[in-house]
Amino acid sequence: MTEFAGSHLSCLRGERLVFVGLTFRLAAGEALVLTGPNASGKSSLLRMMALLLRPWRGGLSWDGAPVADDPDAHRARLRYVGHLDAIKPMLTAEENLGFWAALHGHARPERQARRALDRFGLERLAAVPARYFSAGQKHRLNLARLLLAPAPLWLLDEPTVGLDHAAIARLEEALTEHRAGGGMVVAATHTDLPLPGNRALPLDAFAPTPGDPDGRPS
Amino acid sequence: MSRFGRLVGRDLTLALRQGSDATIAVMFFVLVVVLFPFGLGPEPNLLARIAAGVIWVAALLASLLSLDRLFQTDFEDGSLELMALGGLPLELVVLAKATAHWLVTGVPLLVAAPVLAVLLGMNRDGFGTLELTLLLGTPSLSLIGSIGAALTLGARRGGVLISLLILPLFIPVLIFGAAAIDSALGGLSVRPHLLILGALLAAALPLTAMAAAAALRQALE
Repeated sequence: MTEFAGSHLSCLRGERLVFVGLTFRLAAGEALVLTGPNASGKSSLLRMMALLLRPWRGGLSWDGAPVADDPDAHRARLRYVGHLDAIKPMLTAEENLGFWAALHGHARPERQARRALDRFGLERLAAVPARYFSAGQKHRLNLARLLLAPAPLWLLDEPTVGLDHAAIARLEEALTEHRAGGGMVVAATHTDLPLPGNRALPLDAFAPTPGDPDGRPS
Repeated sequence: MSRFGRLVGRDLTLALRQGSDATIAVMFFVLVVVLFPFGLGPEPNLLARIAAGVIWVAALLASLLSLDRLFQTDFEDGSLELMALGGLPLELVVLAKATAHWLVTGVPLLVAAPVLAVLLGMNRDGFGTLELTLLLGTPSLSLIGSIGAALTLGARRGGVLISLLILPLFIPVLIFGAAAIDSALGGLSVRPHLLILGALLAAALPLTAMAAAAALRQALE
């Protein structure tokens, strides 16, 4: 049984401790929703899970093996959708996705790109340069990257921002399918995300308290 | 390898659609060289004497022009962190982007250089060597520049900083590039100079890729 876990994670940004002693555990098919006020460390935790940010204390493990032992294998099994959309305005939607599909090693990246565009209702915009896209359409294009190549772990930072109801339904469909196939989802959100049976991880519960032995950096 | 080619292709497409980098670099190159006859006066012997050095210094400055944006846009829109997440090692990302940079800014310099050599009255004997030195030297400039571009990511006034960091490192390429042309004009063997330029390029390929990739990892933290 696949399991992704983190133990006693602490996050230090600049001089500020964001959270301390955070522990989580996620099994195949499960979803974890990160909640908490602004600056409680939702994005930082996601970036930590994506190995884009080093934990100040603690560590991540996959199937019991420390992720730090083989970071490349961990990077290969995750898809990260953050606030930055990584979309080139001068390229068309299909070219944008095709490039990432090729980086994932697809033999026919364009076909894979069109399939992903289809799933997020962007098929008619495939040949349109991304600079003409609305914010919501750009966000859908960003989310469509999840479907380019299968990966067991999806890390989503505010995936519903700017999406209309139809797009949220499409995201829900993709998430359900991903989890039914044994995939895991970690999402940070302020709003209700359509993730039935998810477990919530309120980050404000791990806020550092003054006098905490693990507290201030010395 | 196909992933590497794909990244080079994407950068070339972006450069061609934005269309400014290549033309700006080559226009700058031409303008800098053309300024010298105005400043020094139309003395043919003097101009012919300094042509090799002038063309090489202008080539250094021209290839420096768009270096600050080598990783900047990918860094700002999040592409770089997605590339760091896999598919292609960051070292190869650096090499691919440096290759695209050279194709966009270095190759046009190769095309413009003989015209400028004629303009400065350089002896015909030096033309072949001029092209050879630029062919061997300008890729090194793009590669060495990638270190500076990676180090100054996220810095304000990165463009100025990168010049200060990188121009001193360009000096060996300048010395042997200009010296090779002088040797050719003086009837001496150009082989040692060209071999050293080739060695610089061969050393720059792995070393700059590793150094720039390490700097990128630092910037992404």
